[in-house]
Amino acid sequence: MPNWFSKWFENQKHTRAFHPSWILLVVATTIIIASIVWIPAALISKAEYRRLPAAALPASGNSASQTGEAPASIEQPILPTARPAPKTIRVDFSPPDVDDLPSGEFGKAVRLGWNIFNDTQTYARAYVGNGLNCVNCHLDEGRKANSAPLWAAYGMFPAYREKNSRVNSYEVRLAGCFRFNMNGKVPPPGSKELIALMSYSYWLSKGAPVGVELEGRGYPKLTEPQQPPDVARGKKVFEANCAICDGADGQGTQVSGRYAFPPLWGKDSFNAGADMTQIHNAAAFIRANMPRGQPNTLTEQEAWDVAQYMNSHSRPVDPRLVKS
Amino acid sequence: MGPGAAHADRLADAAHAQQGGPGTTACVACHGACGEGQAAAGFPRLAGQPKAYLLKQLQAFSSGTRKNPQMEPIARALSAQQRGDVADYHASLPGWKADAKAAASSPQSLLGSSFATRGNWNKEIPACFACHGPDGAGIPPHFPALTGQPSAYTRAQLKAWQAGTRSNDPQGLMKAVADRITDAEIDAISLYLEHPSFSGRRE
Repeated sequence: MPNWFSKWFENQKHTRAFHPSWILLVVATTIIIASIVWIPAALISKAEYRRLPAAALPASGNSASQTGEAPASIEQPILPTARPAPKTIRVDFSPPDVDDLPSGEFGKAVRLGWNIFNDTQTYARAYVGNGLNCVNCHLDEGRKANSAPLWAAYGMFPAYREKNSRVNSYEVRLAGCFRFNMNGKVPPPGSKELIALMSYSYWLSKGAPVGVELEGRGYPKLTEPQQPPDVARGKKVFEANCAICDGADGQGTQVSGRYAFPPLWGKDSFNAGADMTQIHNAAAFIRANMPRGQPNTLTEQEAWDVAQYMNSHSRPVDPRLVKS
Repeated sequence: MGPGAAHADRLADAAHAQQGGPGTTACVACHGACGEGQAAAGFPRLAGQPKAYLLKQLQAFSSGTRKNPQMEPIARALSAQQRGDVADYHASLPGWKADAKAAASSPQSLLGSSFATRGNWNKEIPACFACHGPDGAGIPPHFPALTGQPSAYTRAQLKAWQAGTRSNDPQGLMKAVADRITDAEIDAISLYLEHPSFSGRRE
C-alpha cells in the first residue's frame, strides 16, 4: 500500500472525522441493493420473451403439432457475425390459411397479392422481365419457414439496407424484388400490385411480433465452406440433383410456353443485382429447400459448390450499372 | 422421312399395341383401346404419357425396380425395339381431358385438392402439381401425368413407394414424399386425381 495512503488512513482513524470503513460499508450496500434489483429484472425480461411467441400464435393455433418443434424459447443468434445479431425468437408461427381469406375490399387485395405471388407472370405481367414467379424462391406461397417467408419479413421493415444506403419501407423492399429478382420494372408506389403484395404479407403476418427476428426468417445461414466453392464440383452436384427439374442447361422446364421449373441463369432468370447472386444466399436457399421435398439432403459443401456453379453463368445485367 | 413413312410407322406401333407382337400380350386388353386404362381394375391410363417415362417403366418392370406380376413378364418379353414402339404409340394418343365428373366438395375431396395444388409443407410435401405440371398433366420427359388416373392405381403406386416395391423414381423424389403421406391422405389424393375439379380455383 502506498505510503501516503497509510498515513491518510491512520490520520483519519485518529481524528475520527471520517472513519474509512464507511467506504467499505457503502460499497457493500450498493452491491447488495443492485443485486436485489437487477436479478429479478433480468428474470422478468426473460419471461417476457417467453411470453411473446404465445401471443404471436393466431387464434386457430393449429400448427404447433404439425411442425413438431419444441415450444417457444429464446434462440441465441445462429452465427457470430461482425455485428451483434438481434435476438432470434422461435415461434411455431402459423400464418392464417388461405381458405380463411378475409372478405370485402381488403380480402380482394389479399387475394390479388396471393395471385401475384404465385403467378407473377399473369398478375403482374407489366412489371416482370423474366420467366420467374415470386414463389420460385419463397416456397409454399411465401409461407415456408427457411424459404424467406413473408410473415417473417413483414415485421422487420422499415429497415436500413446497405444495398441502397437508406431506410426502406416494406413497399420499397418489394419494389426491389421486381427490379432485381424479376428483372423488371418497379411498380409505382401505391400501385395496386404493391398494395396487394403488402396486403397479402400483412395478412400472413397476423399475430406475429413486430421488430424481432423470427426463426425461419430468410434462409438459414451456412457455416463457411471448408473448401472454397468450386464450379467443377458444383457442376457434378447440379447434374446429379438439380438437372431433372431445372434442366441440364439450367434453363428450367417449360410446359405450354410457361416455366414449370424456373430458369436459373440466362435471359429469363434473375439479374446480376439480385440477392440470389450472392453465393451465401444461394447456397443457404439451396441447402434448406432443394431438391423439392428433400431439404437439407445436400451437404453444406455441396450447396456452396452448386451455388457457385449456378452463379458462374451469365444472366441479365445489374440495372444499377446501366446508364439510363 | 416423309409424313407418309411416319404414318406407316405409327400404324405399325398401333398394330403392335393392339394385336401384340411375338411373345407379347396386347396392351389393349388391360390398358384399353385408346390407352385409357381400366378404372375398376386399377390399370393405368397410358395415353399421352411422356414417351421417355413409358420406356423407363418397361425397363423398370424388366429389371425389377418396379414390381408387378402382370407387367414384369410382359416387359421382359419385349425387345428394345418393341418397347420403343409401344411407348411411342401410347405417347402419341391424346391425354386425359377434364370431365364433368368432378368430385363434390366433400372434406375428403378438399383434402385431396389441397395436396394436389398446394401440398403440405409442414411435412415437406410439395404440391403434386408442382412437379407433375399445371393441372397434373405431366412435365415431359420425367414427370408423368396424374390427372385422370384410376384412383386404385394412384393409391397402389404411393403404397408401392412406401413399401419399396417401386423404386425407380429419379433421386428417390417420390419415395421421400410418399413416406410422409398417411393412408387417409393417400385415399384423398388418389380419389381427387381421378376426377379433379379445377373450378374451385381462386381467381
